Amino acid sequence: MKLVTAIVRPFKMEDVKSALEQVGVQGLTVSEVSGFGRQGGHVEVYRGAEYVVNLVPKVKIEILAEDEDAARIVDALVDSARTDRIGDGKVWVVPVETVVRVRTGERGDDAL
Amino acid sequence: MEINSGDTAWVLISAALVMLMTPGLALFYGGMVRVKSVLNMMMMCFLALGVVSIIWVLYGYSLAFGPDSGAGLIGNFDFIGMANTVGEVEGTIPTLAFVMFQMTFGIITCALLAGAVADRIRTIAWIAVIVLWTTLVYIPLAHWTWGGGWIGNQLGALDFAGGTVVEINSGFSALALAIVVGQRIGFRRDPMRPHNLPIVLLGAGMLWFGWFGFNAGSALSAGDLAATAMINTQVCTAAAALAWIFVEKIRDGKPTTLGIASGAISGAVAITPSCGFVNPMGALLIGLAAGAICAWAVSLKYKLGYDDSLDVLGVHGIGGLVGMIGIGLVATTAVNDAGGNGLFAGGGFDLLNKQLIASFATMAYVFIVTWLIAMLIDKVIGFRVSPEAEVSGIDLDQHAESGYELTDTTSGAFAGVGQHGLSEYLQQEGRDEKHEDK
Repeated sequence: MKLVTAIVRPFKMEDVKSALEQVGVQGLTVSEVSGFGRQGGHVEVYRGAEYVVNLVPKVKIEILAEDEDAARIVDALVDSARTDRIGDGKVWVVPVETVVRVRTGERGDDAL
Repeated sequence: MEINSGDTAWVLISAALVMLMTPGLALFYGGMVRVKSVLNMMMMCFLALGVVSIIWVLYGYSLAFGPDSGAGLIGNFDFIGMANTVGEVEGTIPTLAFVMFQMTFGIITCALLAGAVADRIRTIAWIAVIVLWTTLVYIPLAHWTWGGGWIGNQLGALDFAGGTVVEINSGFSALALAIVVGQRIGFRRDPMRPHNLPIVLLGAGMLWFGWFGFNAGSALSAGDLAATAMINTQVCTAAAALAWIFVEKIRDGKPTTLGIASGAISGAVAITPSCGFVNPMGALLIGLAAGAICAWAVSLKYKLGYDDSLDVLGVHGIGGLVGMIGIGLVATTAVNDAGGNGLFAGGGFDLLNKQLIASFATMAYVFIVTWLIAMLIDKVIGFRVSPEAEVSGIDLDQHAESGYELTDTTSGAFAGVGQHGLSEYLQQEGRDEKHEDK
């Protein structure tokens, strides 16, 4: 099993979600996060005082998948989240040891 | 004189309008501070509502508006505890309507000072500021200008609704307070952006609305003069709001919502002394000047190093000065026989000189006396909360509350009623209180 994690632009969230549904993803977890990468931050001005805001808001998406589905999910994520500008985010995949469905106690691929 | 019911109705309504400005100020200021100190800021405003009201009926009105005790500096004790006021008449309105109207001025002027000491002072020290400052600074100033004192009677400077008493006073008192109290931890290092601009704008709107009572109510009658003051207030406030964001557009690249709100307040401030003495075109000029000058003045604190956190000096002190000087330039007796002619209305420098004398005397007196009061409070009570409390948030430290509860996932439990709740709860849990953060 794999855990696919993606950091994407908040406004691309809906596109990403429908692309994932089209490749058969049945569940995902979304969190609002902030961070910085090559994009850098922006400047806000209050009564003439400038503040550099260097943590940029992003959305983090986590999907648990069977091994053979992971590549397709990554492709769907990358295609749907891309704008070709700096700050589009990252996608990475890590192996997962155990998954348990809390309601039934099912384990492994059955729990996905 | 007989009571005029129209005049009385207008002054009663105006008193209620001006009262509403202080909760409006609580929103205006509260939105500008960080999320961890919003309650303390609003509390300081509401404490002014509480404490100044009591002072006013006990002795404040009497010392400000009682018969002059001789030198034009202070009133006497004729009206102490509201003696000799019930059933009496002041002009064409009941004396108590006038007492109430003036009380609301004392409240908001004091509440304005809170903006200079945001996020960092103990509540007991703030209450001491309210009592001492109202007694030794506000009350004498109100007497000087409106209560038969030297500015109004001997000098003959013009101040319709409080350019000296309210605006220059609060601005330069705030500067003295900010200097004695010192900078917030992280000033000029950490971002201290406003945590909620929508409530800043709501507060600014409430202040703008209430200002019609403040200015037009100061006519103390429901006639021509009140109408003039009202339209001047609207024109000047609008012009200053636009002038401020015009400066921002040129200087910073974008017009901001905090800028339009701040600009509106700077215009309302500047028209406060002048609204009963100028015509609407004069008000327009004063507003453009106030918005542009105050938009520049608020950056001074970063250069000079005093932490007047919410720019009481930059908006009220400087805005008040623009309005007082504006009278000396554009006032005309065509508007008000009791007023005067400024430089541009053919009156020469006479009125302008008087306006400058009244302004500088106010600045000097309020700065020095407020500085002395603040030093005394700092020595005897101590202003600052602990650095740990300031960093983690004054709301929790001074009031045991947080402004916002936006998620359901905060951990904890009901710990009983009364101040022993926490220790009993920890005992039940088998934990030692000393090891817990209170």
